[in-house]
Amino acid sequence: MLRLVMLRPAHRPAGLPRLSNRYSVFSLARHALSPDKPWPRAWRSPEPKSSYDVIIVGGGGHGLATAYYLAANHGITNVAVIERSYIGSGNVGRNTTIIRSNYMLGGNTAFFEHSLKLWEGLSHTLNFNAMVSHRGQVVLAHSPSQLDVQSRRGNIMRLNGIDAELLDRGEVMKTLPYLDYSPEARFPIWGALLQRRAGTVRHDAVAWGYARAASNLGVDIIENCEVTGFVVQDGRVSGVETSRGRILAEKTGIAVAGHSSHVAAMAGLRIPIESHVLQAFVSEPIKPLVHHVVSFGAELFYLSQSDKGGLVFGGHIDGFNTYTQRGQFPKVQSVAECAVSLIPCVSRLRLLRHWGGIMDMTPDGSPFIGRTPLRNFYFNGGWCYQGFKATPASGWCFAHTIAHDEEHEFNRDFRLDRFEAGREMDEHGSGNWTYKQ
Amino acid sequence: MLKITCPCCGERDYTEFRYGSDASKPRPPLASDDRKAWHDYVFLFDNPKGPHREFWQHVLGCRQWLVLERNTATNIVGASRPAREIAGK
Repeated sequence: MLRLVMLRPAHRPAGLPRLSNRYSVFSLARHALSPDKPWPRAWRSPEPKSSYDVIIVGGGGHGLATAYYLAANHGITNVAVIERSYIGSGNVGRNTTIIRSNYMLGGNTAFFEHSLKLWEGLSHTLNFNAMVSHRGQVVLAHSPSQLDVQSRRGNIMRLNGIDAELLDRGEVMKTLPYLDYSPEARFPIWGALLQRRAGTVRHDAVAWGYARAASNLGVDIIENCEVTGFVVQDGRVSGVETSRGRILAEKTGIAVAGHSSHVAAMAGLRIPIESHVLQAFVSEPIKPLVHHVVSFGAELFYLSQSDKGGLVFGGHIDGFNTYTQRGQFPKVQSVAECAVSLIPCVSRLRLLRHWGGIMDMTPDGSPFIGRTPLRNFYFNGGWCYQGFKATPASGWCFAHTIAHDEEHEFNRDFRLDRFEAGREMDEHGSGNWTYKQ
Repeated sequence: MLKITCPCCGERDYTEFRYGSDASKPRPPLASDDRKAWHDYVFLFDNPKGPHREFWQHVLGCRQWLVLERNTATNIVGASRPAREIAGK
């Protein structure tokens, strides 16, 4: 490792890309001492080859993670990731950066816990500081029955080997002293469920880290290249048509959440997804106040504080399908009402930024990772709100599915045909409505 | 603010309405026991990026269901009709 860092460019072995330099205190010192030499690009920018073993459509977090694990876990390095725009331009850079594994259903618990375990070692695995912060997530209960429900969820988590602690009102008051504990509080606080290993991650670093690590293993990351169609013959997909010509592949996977229906339709597939807009918000920066991820129990609302000091928060989807990356004002109002109801002292903060991202919403609120009716064609999408925290496990499982043409135990319940089999994964118990998940 | 013209009540804020999903899918006959047809009707969506025909219910008004033309790429709203006029068509 040290030897690699100290190698001068002229002595670097042929074929070993310049980018294989590890980031370390030595490389930092070297660049600090030679400010005239800029840091090299973190990943290569190759011309697309005419064919690959695997093509991943979509250079977001999930697509890049898939390419990385194909190379790292399965030895498949002749891989291209094809991205319409630039790396980090999509939902991987537009989310509220939360990681957690507080799920109840059998197919979800193991998958999301696997993801959290991959997050725990991610910065070392990728040699890229993803700023993983295990600050803990506190999910509040506002009535005795809601606390019972939280207690059941926590118990199921613990039976699955996942950390969970039930807090009573006094413990919540000590942990989160800034909440509204007054007798007039519209939503009195009875207790909470705490997962200490939950937290936040710097989302841009996830995209960049996976891109750099995959590129170093030989994966071609092709930006500004739009997929316009698939090469389909006799029920088998053998490549993609792009704005830069036809590229053939033994296997093709799509990971383009937000536009999954749009891309799947190019291969003639109709899928159980509607696209909805989800808004997110950042306040002006303030001194450290919120040291955890806090989830409201009375509405879908959650809040954390970024390292820059801004309060980062979000709520529910706007409620009707749209591909416009902008939200409606009534949702801004209702989210602000949630914030003030929960933390009265933020009422005079100004919003600094506010944006909308497009979610694949599925009828049961759970994602899809698996095979499709077309041979050699694999689908990853339908992430609803859960895409960011799932990034490592999603890529890990999707890589396994593509490499072995079979779902892994962790994603076997995320099949695209689960509704036909009567195997809905309805974690929230809210029924078959994309817009109610 | 998105505005929707209710066939009964006229133009109102969209917050008075509830979205009810794709209205372009033909519903199988109620007596049908074709599971595939029901699955496709309930669970699959064209989810187009562009013109879309969809159900809304005026829950804070006349409570009638209506069918609205809207472009999902721009949110530009077109004509609306009472849902019963196109039921089963």
